[in-house]
Amino acid sequence: MSELLRIDHISYTYHSLEGETPALMDVSFQVNDGEFLGIVGPSGCGKSTLLSLIAGLLTPSSGSIYINGKDIKSSGKNIGYMLQKDHLLDWRNTLKNVTLGMEIQHKLSDNSYIQINEMLNTYGLIAFKESFPSELSGGMRQRAALIRTLLLEPDILLLDEPFSALDYQTRLEVADDIWSIIRKEKKTAILITHDISEAISMSDRVIVMTNRPGTVKRIFDIRLSIPDRTPFAARSAPEFKDYFNSIWKELNHNEQEK
Amino acid sequence: MSRKNRNVLSESLSVSAAQKAYIRKHLLRIRRIRLYQLLILIGSVAFWEISTRIGIVDSFIFSSPTRVVKTIVEMTACGQLFYHIGITLFETLISFALVNLIGLIAAVILWWNDSISKVMEPYLIVLNSLPKSALAPVFIVWLGANIKTIIVAAVSVSLFGSIITLYSDFKSVEEDKIKLIYTLGGKKKDVLFKVILPGNIPSMISLMKVNIGLSLVGVIIGEFLAAKAGLGYLIIYGSQVFRLDLVIMSIVILCIVATGLYKLLFYYENKYTR
Repeated sequence: MSELLRIDHISYTYHSLEGETPALMDVSFQVNDGEFLGIVGPSGCGKSTLLSLIAGLLTPSSGSIYINGKDIKSSGKNIGYMLQKDHLLDWRNTLKNVTLGMEIQHKLSDNSYIQINEMLNTYGLIAFKESFPSELSGGMRQRAALIRTLLLEPDILLLDEPFSALDYQTRLEVADDIWSIIRKEKKTAILITHDISEAISMSDRVIVMTNRPGTVKRIFDIRLSIPDRTPFAARSAPEFKDYFNSIWKELNHNEQEK
Repeated sequence: MSRKNRNVLSESLSVSAAQKAYIRKHLLRIRRIRLYQLLILIGSVAFWEISTRIGIVDSFIFSSPTRVVKTIVEMTACGQLFYHIGITLFETLISFALVNLIGLIAAVILWWNDSISKVMEPYLIVLNSLPKSALAPVFIVWLGANIKTIIVAAVSVSLFGSIITLYSDFKSVEEDKIKLIYTLGGKKKDVLFKVILPGNIPSMISLMKVNIGLSLVGVIIGEFLAAKAGLGYLIIYGSQVFRLDLVIMSIVILCIVATGLYKLLFYYENKYTR
């Protein structure tokens, strides 16, 4: 596996009239091609800030981010970002929602509809092509949001607690769903969550972050001895609870330092 | 309304007796409401007519339903009535169109540029709270006693409120929806055309429902002061020459026009919002 993304000593500080708040301090790690990376940390540790920086929505106060060895400031970035909610637009049907990104980037042509229909078909949304978001289930909405992102063929997918708005049962299903789609499309993904189990079940590696200002505290390689790994199956792997306990300890250690 | 109810009823043929009873009860209730509404209308018209007939009130000052109808017939016969209604309608629709167009453009500019909106804020608040009828005499002096004054007066009544309402609606669009457009590689214009404008169509239509009424108010104020035709002119003229039949008739017609315009927008609202 080759290195795809490198975060190189980045820091970020928010400014307001009340003063400045350092959100991230000297964060470094790298993500390999095809890898699923989980990031857990206490709330307010700058996880979302980190994703905004990678997506190029914010510029780091210091440090650099490289994709395929090129600084994202100079090279055109191609990054898919999934927000906490699906944010499908109510006034567009499924088809018009999934093509929103292509429409914005003027990539929509008659040929692209072949690919779009194929994707809708593969992920069980073809029958709901003309339906509006209010007629879709929570899982379908998340899938539509993912297809909207995938159609732009991003190098890296950023998932910002994408399941936190769903109830627990749907959450497990959707996690399986989204995970298999990402694997099938051979995408590299970074998942941010505060749910330790979710991070372990989905990721190849888990990064634990410290309290604000956030920095990398420890990185866990997740190796589960089960065949045909899916997030749901991973939860019953024998190593699962050991990882859970170790990460839990790291996070709690955080609290005590505070 | 009634057609919808009939559909409900026909579907209900396959459902339980309790459901049928429930629907019957619902229909009865609606019919009873309609009946009372009609009774109030008939009752008050009858009371008005009878009290002028038996001399409780003077029909010269209070007019009467028969006299109003007679005036309508007379004025229709000589073509005068539709001329005046037409003028008022024309002025109202022009003002309404201008308010919505200028209001939308101004709100977009304010939304686009935060500095402009901060600079303009106190002026908008002052202009919005100012009673616009106070401006009408000024408009007459500036623009002359003509249709221009009437339209400017009518526009001024609802314009500033429209801008403020639209702007705050634009501003209250969910922050993450805007972030979504940026994550998909969009620019500010994409945020405007993909999220802000289409997402605010329902609020624009409800604003239009307010504006159509306000435009009519503005046009009537304008016609009171600076017109040679229109329903507002008829009211002022009628009261000056003491032909109360004419005044009351104009008011009755205004009621019908106002309701008609509102219903028209209501129709479009149902058509364009799901």
